[in-house]
Amino acid sequence: MRLSAFFYVLKQGVKNIFRHKLFSLASVATMITCIFLFGTIYAMVTNVNHMVMTAEESVGITVFFNEGLSEKEIQKIGEEIQAIDAVSEIHFVSAQEAWEDYKSRYFAENENLSEGFEEDNPLANSANYQVMLSDVSQQAKVTEQIGNIIGVRRVNSSQDLANTLTGVNSLLMYMSIAVIGLLLVVSVFLISNTISMGVAVRSEEIAIMKLMGAKNSFVRAPFLIEGMLLGAVGAIVPLAVLYLLYGKVIAIVLHRYSILSNLLQFLPVNQVFRSLAPLSLIMGIFVGFAGSFISIRRHLKV
Amino acid sequence: MIQLENVCKEYSAGMPAVRNINLHIKEGEFVFIVGNSGVGKTTLFRLLLKEIEPTSGKIVIAGQELSKIKRRKLPDFRKNIGVVFQDFRLLKEYNVYENIAFAQRVVQTPTRTIKREVPRALSMVGLADKYKSFPDQLSGGEQQRVAIARALINKPQILIADEPTGNLDPQNSWDIMQLLEEVNANNGTTIIVVTHNREIVDRMKKRVIHMDHGEIINDVDEGGYFHEA
Ligand SMILES: Nc1ncnc2c1ncn2[C@@H]1O[C@H](COP(=O)(O)OP(=O)(O)OP(=O)(O)O)[C@@H](O)[C@H]1O
Ligand SMILES: [Mg+2]
Repeated sequence: MRLSAFFYVLKQGVKNIFRHKLFSLASVATMITCIFLFGTIYAMVTNVNHMVMTAEESVGITVFFNEGLSEKEIQKIGEEIQAIDAVSEIHFVSAQEAWEDYKSRYFAENENLSEGFEEDNPLANSANYQVMLSDVSQQAKVTEQIGNIIGVRRVNSSQDLANTLTGVNSLLMYMSIAVIGLLLVVSVFLISNTISMGVAVRSEEIAIMKLMGAKNSFVRAPFLIEGMLLGAVGAIVPLAVLYLLYGKVIAIVLHRYSILSNLLQFLPVNQVFRSLAPLSLIMGIFVGFAGSFISIRRHLKV
Repeated sequence: MIQLENVCKEYSAGMPAVRNINLHIKEGEFVFIVGNSGVGKTTLFRLLLKEIEPTSGKIVIAGQELSKIKRRKLPDFRKNIGVVFQDFRLLKEYNVYENIAFAQRVVQTPTRTIKREVPRALSMVGLADKYKSFPDQLSGGEQQRVAIARALINKPQILIADEPTGNLDPQNSWDIMQLLEEVNANNGTTIIVVTHNREIVDRMKKRVIHMDHGEIINDVDEGGYFHEA
């Protein structure tokens, strides 16, 4: 296409939006609804996902050793654990540290109660490794592997929590794929319906263009540009609204469920929008394009 | 240039709008088609444009058999044919200037050329001062002249005009006919004009094809409006 033809087509696309304000408005409104829904679901899914991941990271395995192992032997066990694939991090907790931790948890209010134990650490045998996994679903396997290492007395893991988290994670993924796919189909359908009405009004105009020798691509281009512009506007508006609402909604949730505040780890708004904004914009433009393309096809057969 | 063999068109079965048309029009000819309302003149034009397909028969234009032109090649075929529609068919959303320019946009004429040629075409049909008006702000005759300017601007090989002077007064009608004759003489454009204007047909002394009930009942060189068979 020549440059002058391109600019002409671009101009016509923009003009068409204002010529047919009602249809443009209807299309944009449909798009706004869809993208708003998409954005809301996306924000929810990413946040829940984030919470699950945070929780996952705190699910560790505790490894205790046989009595009387030397420091060297313990270190060797650590190296063997480290060598397992799914292990992301390993951290040694000495008996002293274990006791300190216990104290701070159970005698927090009255330090002096613990003084009687000071001479004789009741957790003398509780030196351990805290093992973090890169993939929580591997927990059972890793637990077994560690249990087989010579010198390991006991391996503690919370298999139930690990299973639940893994389940929630994949459920979330399937659900969000399903919902987003459905939304995409519904919005293409709605948009093409709305655009169809606008195109039908112009079917006579299209017929004239075709009888004068216009190529399909030339007739179609302004409609596609119109669709993509409407799609972009239909994405930007709900994005702006979501951006403004995001912090407010989180504040309300945190206020209401303040008990759960250390479980409810929300993502900062910018981090959500770094992926949500381009995704929505691409989706809006794609849906506008596809909607226009589908609805104009019938009218080109002159 | 234009060849029709046994062409029939039935919009609905058993009711032919056009039948048994055998016609040959040579390159550079100027032809009138006359006949009462409803005898199939517009149908014939729609067939020539490949806007509709004949029920039977063969149409060849500029060496191309119409039924064999691929959908993708249709624009190139139509670019060679200028059309003045009976109902003008101007684009309502575009002003006069854009309506005429549109014929050039379609064939991707550079904007520079469009800016030069559209005003020329406008003054040719006497509408230089109305270029900013929209079709519904024009009289019937003015719309008709816009349609004529649009049909001519690309210097088509063939011009088909369905009652191009139906809404014009005798003087304007005559001026338009002079214009068409000039185009015919200077560019060698093949011109086919449907008209009910007896005076013009009699005065122009061109080939006249007389249609009745979908058939050609008379075809005379240098004929008049009514010619007893
Ligand atoms: N789209 C259509 N569907 C069905 N029948 C049609 C259609 N267009 C035209 N006809 C019929 O075909 C016949 C020829 O119509 P056409 O428009 O070709 O006549 P015409 O010679 O151009 O008449 P006029 O001088 O009034 O313009 C008429 O009987 C008309 O009713
Ligand atoms: Mg007619």
